[in-house]
Amino acid sequence: MAKSNVKVLGAWPSPYVMRARVALNIKSVEYEFLEETFGSKSQLLLQSNPVHKKIPVLIHGDKPVCESLIIVEYIDEVWSSGPSILPSDPFDRATARFWAAHIDEKWFPAMKGIGAAQGDDARKAAVEQVAEGLAQLEEAFQKTSKGKDFFSGDKIGYLDIAFGCFLGWLRVTEKMNGVKLLDGAKIPGLVTWAEKFSADPAVKDVMPETDKLAEFAKILAAKMRGAGAPK
Amino acid sequence: MADEVVLLDFWPSPFGMRLRIALAEKGVEYEYKDEDVRNKSPLLLQMNPVHKKIPVLIHNGKPVCESLIALQYIDEVWNDKAPLLPSDCYLRAQARFWADYVDKKIYEFGRKLWTTKGEEQDAAKKEFLDCMGVLEGELGDKPFFGGETIGFMDVALIPFYSWFLLYEKFGNFSVEALHPKFIAWVKRCMEKESVSKSLPEQEKVYDFVMLMRKKLGME
Repeated sequence: MAKSNVKVLGAWPSPYVMRARVALNIKSVEYEFLEETFGSKSQLLLQSNPVHKKIPVLIHGDKPVCESLIIVEYIDEVWSSGPSILPSDPFDRATARFWAAHIDEKWFPAMKGIGAAQGDDARKAAVEQVAEGLAQLEEAFQKTSKGKDFFSGDKIGYLDIAFGCFLGWLRVTEKMNGVKLLDGAKIPGLVTWAEKFSADPAVKDVMPETDKLAEFAKILAAKMRGAGAPK
Repeated sequence: MADEVVLLDFWPSPFGMRLRIALAEKGVEYEYKDEDVRNKSPLLLQMNPVHKKIPVLIHNGKPVCESLIALQYIDEVWNDKAPLLPSDCYLRAQARFWADYVDKKIYEFGRKLWTTKGEEQDAAKKEFLDCMGVLEGELGDKPFFGGETIGFMDVALIPFYSWFLLYEKFGNFSVEALHPKFIAWVKRCMEKESVSKSLPEQEKVYDFVMLMRKKLGME
């Protein structure tokens, strides 16, 4: 195991934090996980990420790196002797980055929209939007995996990490809203991929348990309702 | 084997300008195709079916979408000249972070300056000017964000300068008066032919937006 002076500022429910941890696990890098207290931000966080004040932050030596996908690329470049996370071909890299950006900018906000939807019609529309996104990702998966287990091929890589770290929240959304998103009839490739990703040695210890995450989601929802309540 | 490079673009787009600058820096010959974004070509819809947006870089028939992703692609493929990202891993992460900041902040607040009024516009003005300050801080004493020469972050940010006349007129402020260091950086960038030839005149952008506002019924 490579020893290094590495810290991750984060929180166990965050899919973004999970990305950093999976990347470090792939490279067998030991790190100290500094868990932020829910509802407050530590001095270290405010100092290390003064611009956005958000987790995750990777602190390597005394240098902070922010934004989860940027952290994953940094990890891949620094620990270059370990298994590669990004593909080597520039076009494949561009494709992986494209889908990761799409997941962050469009797909995950749409998924959060399911829980936030008011009324059955709105919920149905939100679910349809997410299902469309999943169909697109199924197509991307078939193209980039080329018949192998993961988006990156034989082992997990950048796009597997980018998308896979949302699986916990995807399962919670299914459970709490009574919807089936990981539908084997519609997206067979992704359903198999999801199981394999979750079982990967670099992933299984940092993937939050669905029940635990669902409990957290309830607390989060209650807190947000409480914050919006009139005085 | 000769490279075939096509850029699907729209002349006022700061995102398209990024790629024009990068291709010029690298000395890459390409075919420029200006799209009518209200009447998108079959080629654009084919090459970017997910977002249907410009810019799209088409290299030997294969499309690369999203400007910062295409910038990295250009840097990786034409790696013999004018590197945009530094070789140091930490500095690369920093360059990517700040380019992402430009996308999250400058574009959004800039847009609100000419599409909103009253309190919302005031808030956007404050945020926009705060960003100028933050960027000046990040630049520090360096001639460019990339160091001695223009880099990834410079290319990501400078195109928005072509929209400054618009922002300043609607926001009723002068960036030069409030953030002279920022404008000094702008002037250094504009001295480079790859930049000055890739940006339209500020007046042209202003006139275009005013016409668009009229057509959209925004008074």
